[in-house]
Amino acid sequence: MIIDVLLILMAISVLILMRLRNLFAAVVLLGIYSFLMATVLVALDAVDVAMTEAAVGAGVSTVLLLGALLLCKSSEAKPVHKPWLPLTVAVSTGVLLVYGAWGLPDFSDPQAPIHQHVAPRYLQNEVDVPNVVTAVLASFRGFDTLGETTVVFTAGAGIIALLRRRQRVDKDRKNGA
Amino acid sequence: MLEHFSYFITVFLMMAGLFIVIARGNLIKKLIGLSIFQTSVYLLYIAPGKLVGGTAPILATQFSTYSNPLPHVLILTAIVVGVATLALGLAIAVRIREAYGTIEEDEILTLDHTVEVAEAQSAEARGGS
Repeated sequence: MIIDVLLILMAISVLILMRLRNLFAAVVLLGIYSFLMATVLVALDAVDVAMTEAAVGAGVSTVLLLGALLLCKSSEAKPVHKPWLPLTVAVSTGVLLVYGAWGLPDFSDPQAPIHQHVAPRYLQNEVDVPNVVTAVLASFRGFDTLGETTVVFTAGAGIIALLRRRQRVDKDRKNGA
Repeated sequence: MLEHFSYFITVFLMMAGLFIVIARGNLIKKLIGLSIFQTSVYLLYIAPGKLVGGTAPILATQFSTYSNPLPHVLILTAIVVGVATLALGLAIAVRIREAYGTIEEDEILTLDHTVEVAEAQSAEARGGS
């Protein structure tokens, strides 16, 4: 199946990413990874999410990371200690999660609880909008978007507060010289 | 085994992200690991909603089976929140770089330690005189 091939490609790109020391290459590989994820999402019928992931995940995130790289150094220092502790933590958590995943419903099982709950009602076209994702987003779960806007506003305010000081320092330096 | 393949890949991506966050000292590399972790969560939510033979949840008369639209809505929100937190994290990294001149965790800790030791010594000298 095409999804499995794409998922394996994603796993390979992450494996390479873990070993890379050059941050510029890592950022570009993260963009490739995000586009692969967007393709997987198309294959999983999530077209709206795929569009957002391609535009925001692969586009805006890459631009932000490249902007940060411009202001910082673009290569990583060699690690001082061996990564045995993080490796143990990651592998043991992974084993636990795989054990948990065995108990989940099979892929594409129509009897799975996720398809029995509210989804049938959403698919009845109650609000007369053919794109169900838009209908749910705007009509049934409007408060989600309110919360999202709050988070984005807070993040924006935080970024301005962090980076405004910088411009002031630059100006002072220029005036002093 | 094959029915759960997408979950296993999700777990692998998640743990790779977690490993990068813990093991790598570079702050930007840590943020890259964090966004890999976030992306794997999208997969965890979207994959169970898929129905083989179904189509994207855009209603039309010629289709009767649709994939579950609810995870799509939740993840649309999560993507935007994810990029907002990434931007905030990068702003903090840039600020740290200005204050310390480096974004390597080990070097930052060493600098902090040096300052602490110097402060303790000067306090001791003041106390002695």
